[in-house]
Amino acid sequence: MVSSGIPAIDALTGGLPRGCLTEICGPASSGRTTFLLAALAAATRRGEFCTLVDASDALDPHSAASAGVALDRLLWVRCGESSTQKNNSPQRQRVTEKHRNQKEGCPISRASFAREVGISSRAVPERRLEQVLRATDLLLESGGFGLIVLDLADLPLQAARRIPLTTWFRFRRTIEHTPTILLAIEQHPIAGSCSSLLLQLGAQNNPEETENNDDELQIDPPTHAHLLTELNINAELIRSRLERKPARSVTFATKTAWAG
Amino acid sequence: MPFACIYVPNFPVAAVLRAEPELQARAVAILEGTPPLDKIIAVNEKAARMGIAPAMTKPQAELCSELALRPRSHLQESTAHAALLDCAQSFSPCVEDTACDTALLDLAGMESLFGSLPEISHAISNCAATIGLAANVAVASNPDAAVLAARGLCGAGAPARVCVTVISAGKEAEYLGPLPVEILFPDRLEGEEKEETARLLETLDRWGIRTLRALAALPEVALSERLGQEGLRLQKLARGAASRTLVPIEAPLLFEEAVELEHPIVLLEPLAFLLNRLLEQLCARLASRALATQELRLSLDLSNLTGIDEESDVGIPSESDGCESKENMWGQPPKPALSEVEEPALSLSKGAVRRSEAPLLHHRQTQFRRTLRLPQPMLDAKIFLKLLQLDLNANPPGAPIVKIHLAAEPARPRSAQGGLFLPPTPEPEKLELTLARIAAMVGEQKVGAMELLDTHHPEGFRMQRFVAQAPPEKPPKKTAASTEESIVTALRRFRPPLRAHVTLENGQPTSLVCKKKDVQGNVLWKAGPWRFSGDWWEREAWSRDEWDIALQNNTVIALYRLVHDLLGGDWFVEGTYD
Repeated sequence: MVSSGIPAIDALTGGLPRGCLTEICGPASSGRTTFLLAALAAATRRGEFCTLVDASDALDPHSAASAGVALDRLLWVRCGESSTQKNNSPQRQRVTEKHRNQKEGCPISRASFAREVGISSRAVPERRLEQVLRATDLLLESGGFGLIVLDLADLPLQAARRIPLTTWFRFRRTIEHTPTILLAIEQHPIAGSCSSLLLQLGAQNNPEETENNDDELQIDPPTHAHLLTELNINAELIRSRLERKPARSVTFATKTAWAG
Repeated sequence: MPFACIYVPNFPVAAVLRAEPELQARAVAILEGTPPLDKIIAVNEKAARMGIAPAMTKPQAELCSELALRPRSHLQESTAHAALLDCAQSFSPCVEDTACDTALLDLAGMESLFGSLPEISHAISNCAATIGLAANVAVASNPDAAVLAARGLCGAGAPARVCVTVISAGKEAEYLGPLPVEILFPDRLEGEEKEETARLLETLDRWGIRTLRALAALPEVALSERLGQEGLRLQKLARGAASRTLVPIEAPLLFEEAVELEHPIVLLEPLAFLLNRLLEQLCARLASRALATQELRLSLDLSNLTGIDEESDVGIPSESDGCESKENMWGQPPKPALSEVEEPALSLSKGAVRRSEAPLLHHRQTQFRRTLRLPQPMLDAKIFLKLLQLDLNANPPGAPIVKIHLAAEPARPRSAQGGLFLPPTPEPEKLELTLARIAAMVGEQKVGAMELLDTHHPEGFRMQRFVAQAPPEKPPKKTAASTEESIVTALRRFRPPLRAHVTLENGQPTSLVCKKKDVQGNVLWKAGPWRFSGDWWEREAWSRDEWDIALQNNTVIALYRLVHDLLGGDWFVEGTYD
């Protein structure tokens, strides 16, 4: 077991198990990406090389740097349509060279920023999923990574559920008896019994809980006096095949990068 | 001081057989000259048994159906010669480039490294076989005796045999005695040298001197009176008593292999077959010099029809995108392989003109170059082949190939000290192959490591090559999460940002509608605006107001970053705080 980078989670689960599949589930703004970056930061601090297979190309490099991830130790696989696939498709809007500068990944010009750049990174979910699974197979076969993260959080549930259990089983068998941690981030659990650890995350602030709590949700102006400083995340241990722990949950707070 | 000679008999044939090993079992003859006056200049043993001899014309040779005729290739001979020198230099630092088919080595001091002289000789012979050359090896106490011994087993007219000979000091005359006198002269002479040699041989023949023993037994004074200093020189060679120093070469570290094709190839599969052979030869040569390579340069000479538009999207039909398994993980059959295409020659380009319709088109050659740069020095022919295949799949040449040239930049092999307690690290060879395969799927710019740029632009980063190498120790950078006590809230981006239609009240967003159904509704909470701008001195300036908003998302409240582009006037949802 190794640290997940979040002390509260480590106290709840004992850490992330090596050679096993861990699932982190939750809706939007539940802290999944925060957990992901904390785990990557902890792994890179240990000197390990990590991989993020990003099904939706959703990683924010500045957030990763703020979280303490060593960017030169992180291999980022951005799934979606490649440039050759985009050029060959008559339905794709081609981004011409004059709208690109040396900054990769930037919607650069005023015109291109204001214009949706085709549907290049919103390729059909099945194609992305196929890329994710192939890339994961290749990375697991290559070996040598301390942490491999599959970010399926933005994939539609129907698409994510199409992954057969045999695939998850194959992933689990590949990393068994290796020091590699396989971490899957998703909206709902999809790996079934193949995952050794299943955590459900949720934001502590929801409409039912904050009706009478006007401190966190202030609707009154002026808005420039408001500042998003922290999120409270609730983590519930749904399943752990490693140690018999009673199902319980913990709450931890995350701070925004500008909160200081 | 012992000297070794490596001699490759029938060098033009040997060079061709090195490039085409499948011809070893066949009768082979080499042609040279301008058609229709081209003639055979060299044959192998099988062809000689069939009655094919040098100076035959091509029509005469073609009467033998089992004979493989090949034109003389100076390119292949030069690469074979380079390989011969590499082999020699792996055994001794003092190597003389005596002839294109002969190399001399000074073995002084090498016995303590490689063993006895017979062991060294056999090792040299094996090394030559590894690089595709069948060589005779002879060791003697002086260079000329070694050369004569190495050539003598493949003397004029005798079938070539590979053998290893070690002549003890003082026994040179005994070993060299039975050899014919013709062996004292080089094989291919021209002009005055040829005439002079013919006169000498005729003279010796009239005297009844046909072997080196007979020449060695002649009285020196009488010989010098008849043949002069040249006669005395030849007698010393015949006795094995000539003595000279080697003229060592400083061979450049040039590792190149090339092959010219008789017929252009249009499929990637035969190209891969040829590349595999070239790579194995290159790797064997590098290994013989204890080197690796960090850069491979592939240059293909293309035969281009003038009717082809070079700007169009042309290409040799390629294999499926990096997937080698017979079925993909969905159990579906793969895309048809290149060899299954019915008319591959016609699928080169979309706008190509068929040969039958344009008989008057001219051919002109163009070059296609690819460079494969590796993160660390490697020496694995299979990995190199796979990387080249993936690269050619993504960037096909676009025309038939008539010549292949492959060069490797030598580098010191990497050395790494493993540790018991070090974290796992990907193997460089496997990692490079994996990255190439993933890049073939998602695109070259979509896989790698990130590098933040010195800009305030929210997407100010670029992708760079991922190298699994431990960086030098540097003081840890202070970030908000440098200790594990505080966890930083992450932003999850939408790429591209989601266009939103925002309803404003007093200049503040109160509700928004987006294409993504989950991201819409009344704004429950908002913070901002925070104004950012930059690059105003560049052509692509940007200026934006950022809001942090809370929206009801089914049963939970989700936090989003809403951006107002001040220059374009549009609103976007850039990401969600997750």
